[in-house]
Amino acid sequence: MIRNIIAITERELRSYFVSPVAWVVTAFFVAIWGILFFAIVTSGREAVLRPLLSNFSITFLFVGPFLTMRLIAEEAKTGTLELLLTQPIREVELVVGKYLASLGFLAFMLAVTLYFPTLLEVFGDPDRGPMMAGYLGILLQGMAFMAIGLIASSLTQNQIIAAAVTFVVLLLLWLADVLTLGGAAAEVARFISISQRSQDMLRGVVDTKDVVFFFTVIVGCLFVTTQIISARRWR
Amino acid sequence: MIIVDQLTKHYGPFVAVDDVSFEVAKGEILGFLGPNGAGKTTTMRILTGYMPPTSGRAIVAGFDVFKDSLEARRHISYLPETVPLYTDMSPRNYLHFVGKIRGMDGSARRSRIDDVAEKCRITEFIDRLIGKLSKGQRQRVGLAQALLPNPDVLVLDEPTIGLDPRQIVETRHVIKNLRGEHTVILSTHILPEVSMTCDRVVIIDRGKVVAIDTPENLQRRMAGSDTIEMEIRGPEEAVLAALNSLPKVIGVRTRSNGADAPVYSVECERDADLREALASTVVQRGWGLRGLRPASVSLEDVFVQLVTSEAPAA
Ligand SMILES: Nc1ncnc2c1ncn2[C@@H]1O[C@H](COP(=O)(O)OP(=O)(O)O)[C@@H](O)[C@H]1O
Ligand SMILES: [Mg+2]
Repeated sequence: MIRNIIAITERELRSYFVSPVAWVVTAFFVAIWGILFFAIVTSGREAVLRPLLSNFSITFLFVGPFLTMRLIAEEAKTGTLELLLTQPIREVELVVGKYLASLGFLAFMLAVTLYFPTLLEVFGDPDRGPMMAGYLGILLQGMAFMAIGLIASSLTQNQIIAAAVTFVVLLLLWLADVLTLGGAAAEVARFISISQRSQDMLRGVVDTKDVVFFFTVIVGCLFVTTQIISARRWR
Repeated sequence: MIIVDQLTKHYGPFVAVDDVSFEVAKGEILGFLGPNGAGKTTTMRILTGYMPPTSGRAIVAGFDVFKDSLEARRHISYLPETVPLYTDMSPRNYLHFVGKIRGMDGSARRSRIDDVAEKCRITEFIDRLIGKLSKGQRQRVGLAQALLPNPDVLVLDEPTIGLDPRQIVETRHVIKNLRGEHTVILSTHILPEVSMTCDRVVIIDRGKVVAIDTPENLQRRMAGSDTIEMEIRGPEEAVLAALNSLPKVIGVRTRSNGADAPVYSVECERDADLREALASTVVQRGWGLRGLRPASVSLEDVFVQLVTSEAPAA
């Protein structure tokens, strides 16, 4: 069980690190983060990370689709999925293995950005609590985005379609609270709105409810992906 | 080692595999011969647990490929028609990956990879990127992948397709050497291929089994035959014996049709219209003749669609 997951994760991570797409995405977003960082620090002259983190979290709307589009769609297209699905492994092992690899790469990208808080530490005296809450928020949100992208990638053989679907879904979730007007719909919208939750965390408020929400989304998405892959066998 | 029992697969309304039954003994190499679109790949995908059948069942190494799929898959290796390779890996890393999934530990993998690399002649380029390999080289990496776990059962879907003549000869040589140690099913649409590599052949067309025989017998039957299907109610052994004893009858097969009267496919020499003779034989013995018609797919139709000579160099 664990052995199979590790094998899948390892192969996928290797694939990330040799993939030009992943590197281009990383370079591009690190550059954008750098610019944002510079702009915010120089204009505010304040050692706080919050404005930066909330911009980070928006850029993840774009990073998510790029980092997840390949995961399953590519294997379906090249036929390696046929190999995996006829090996003695369970669908859930495949899905979890893939997902962990995407988290590995996400963690790598976030690690690169630790450069910014380090600078703040060196040159200023930031409040660590909110900063760590902010990072936790970004991480949880990124993890949920990856899980949503994984579903999209399992639905198609076309990476572009997978990326587009992920982007649209993420955007809708992001804007959910803005899009609806009132009544019960607004309640629901606020509940599913990811931006609401991560903004709270960026303010330094880590509510267990939010953490539970994100983990529920993640587990739910992994479950759905597993079901989709099983169901595809029946066609 | 392999039992396929009334396997049927529908894609929507389309019937891709229709009531296919056959068995493969341990150590045997079985050829799965049929024109394109016959249902070979579909059958193999069911056997390897990739997709479930619509009805019927298949048992591999004692495990039902659907109900006990994971256990069955532990005993099977599969080389799909489109060779499943990660182009961003080297053959060595690819084989390590497959080995890990098969539960082989590091040292077992290393020595086994050396073995199969030798056998499939991939040693020379084992550390190059798969994406940079030629079609023939990739095919051999795929074969190495299938051999790696030393499986009881090997399922090879058109293993020589797209290879040049020299590579075809080499690949067949590798496959022939598996006889006895492994049970092999290989599919092909090339008629001479089966006589060169297989102990027995299942011929399939439009989803139906048309003949199961040795390559030698098939050669004989290729000279020409007609098949008549009869539904007969009567003691099966006696019916078989009676039909077989008629002159100009080449062979008889039965399959159950769910009802109480099984269907007998009687293969006769060509142009020997035996319909009256068959009917009177049955009726004279007091058995119930419930139907008699020429078979919808005859062996001859199938042979015409098969590639009957070696493909020219690719
Ligand atoms: N996924 C699918 N959906 C619908 N039809 C299919 C699918 N796969 C195969 N078929 C059809 O089933 C028939 C048998 O296909 P296949 O098993 O691939 O034949 P073969 O391998 O003998 O060439 C073909 O007519 C093919 O078009
Ligand atoms: Mg095929």
